[in-house]
Amino acid sequence: MRHGTLGTALSYGLLSLMALLVLLPFVGIVLAALHPSGSQVAGVGLPEQWSWENFRLAWEAGGFDDLMRSSLIISGAVVPLTVLFATMAGFALSILRVWGGRYLSLGFVLGLTVPVELLVIALYYNLREVGLTDAYLGVVLAEVALFLPFGVYWMQSHFSGVPRELVEAARMDGARNRTVLWRVLMPISWPAVTTLTVLVFMWSWNQFLLVLVMMQDPSMRTAPTGLGLFVGQYGTDIPLLAAASLIVIAPIVVVYLVFQRSFVNGITRGAVKG
Amino acid sequence: MNEGVTTARRSGRRRNERGALNQGGRGAWLYLLPAVVVYVGFLVYPAVSTLQFSFLDWDGIAPPEWAGIGNFVLALTDPLLARAIGNGLLLIVFFTVVPIAVGLLMTALLIGRIRHGTTFFRVVFFLPQVLPLVAVGTTWRWVYSEDGMVNQFLDLVGLGHLGRAWLGDEQFALVALGLIGTWVMSGLCMMLFMSGAQKVDTSLHEAAAIDGAGPVRQFLSVTLPGLRKEISIAGVITTIAALASFDLVFVTTNGGPAGATNVPALLVYRLAFNEGDIGAASALAVVLTVLVVVLVGAIRYLAREDS
Repeated sequence: MRHGTLGTALSYGLLSLMALLVLLPFVGIVLAALHPSGSQVAGVGLPEQWSWENFRLAWEAGGFDDLMRSSLIISGAVVPLTVLFATMAGFALSILRVWGGRYLSLGFVLGLTVPVELLVIALYYNLREVGLTDAYLGVVLAEVALFLPFGVYWMQSHFSGVPRELVEAARMDGARNRTVLWRVLMPISWPAVTTLTVLVFMWSWNQFLLVLVMMQDPSMRTAPTGLGLFVGQYGTDIPLLAAASLIVIAPIVVVYLVFQRSFVNGITRGAVKG
Repeated sequence: MNEGVTTARRSGRRRNERGALNQGGRGAWLYLLPAVVVYVGFLVYPAVSTLQFSFLDWDGIAPPEWAGIGNFVLALTDPLLARAIGNGLLLIVFFTVVPIAVGLLMTALLIGRIRHGTTFFRVVFFLPQVLPLVAVGTTWRWVYSEDGMVNQFLDLVGLGHLGRAWLGDEQFALVALGLIGTWVMSGLCMMLFMSGAQKVDTSLHEAAAIDGAGPVRQFLSVTLPGLRKEISIAGVITTIAALASFDLVFVTTNGGPAGATNVPALLVYRLAFNEGDIGAASALAVVLTVLVVVLVGAIRYLAREDS
């Protein structure tokens, strides 16, 4: 019994230590952001003078009005398009069993191993020809293409796990494809769709290289991309940089905490069970 | 109609009576069309284009000239580029190997004796994974800086003389960078392993317990073998993240000091968009992709079920 208590205490101790290691950098930058702008920040410590100014200063210096608007436009288009296209394709590949479907599935899955680096060069030089660089449309479609392999795989494996009787029964009643998908399958697919939505939002919000390359116009760049260039300009002003980092981090952390079930459980379970 | 019959027969053979469902007909293609068009236009086509560029000598403006395999020879022999590839491979240790070990430890602790706070720990451990790597980078830049948290800690335990600007130190920069990867990836591995561990039949644990196996022994001989698939998935995701890492390096070291932290992605970007050597950039991107595909293939082969 004594052994058991000791083991439990040890487990909690180790877990708490690891949680501390994860959280400390956050605590550090939150405190750093509260120091007066331009001051030296020596490690983790309480500022002598609490300063909330940095968030306003960083917002203005970084041009976050424009950056946030671009981020919202891009994510706002990428997420619904990816989820819709992935749902339709997943439905066709798992339930309708199209001719050549297996090869198509494989084709999409192969896309999972393609790093962005292989795409950006051609995307930039090809799309420049047709005026799709420095344009939301170009970035949006490129991101949709980038996230579709996972999306299609995800929705396909979700639909494959739906009990066959459900679709068969609907077919008996003479339901067409459209009815089967939107009336029969979708009502039981919200957990899978929610998880996909949350993941795609996260990837789109965090995408860096693609936006860096395809948006030469600074005002059309996204918040993380803006932060990447902000470092170069204000890299030595730690409080300001910390505030800018927190501005970029905040939206995704809020989404994460609200939807943590979709992140945490969804990744692991949603695919198999409806 | 012919197609429909073939599909019906084929699927019917694989899964009984599945053919009855196959009333999609040609309309089914309409459901695939948007995904296929965007995927081919904005992923397959650019990938093939880059492959074509890799055989050219082109600065992006003047007419391109055929370069044969010259760019590939350069990518594999130029010391700068070869070192970047080596650095990328070394990062796998910190992005993949260590996080898998840490993830297993987290999983073992979380499914072990813990009764309270499991959700809290899971949410915290996974948190770094959802953040933009750029913001992770700006945060760690400061953590590693001369008067950052790492040195503060060293001072605290009386090892202050070891302190330095970690990312500016030729010897330690790459390791310091790698440890950021460990910080980001461990939670992802934990999350995958937790889901795998929950699928392991509880009766196996009971049987092992009756045989007198303690928690450690149970984890090693019951849980761990059940995680083969999850470990392989974690390996694939994190290996790609290691080899293709760009954001983190771009904001923390930008390849410095003295090229110590150059990675392939960074040089692809620099060659293509700063130095106007699109052929070499493309060749390096192709080499990077081949490396990813080979390593992913190797991991999946090692983790195959039937061995």
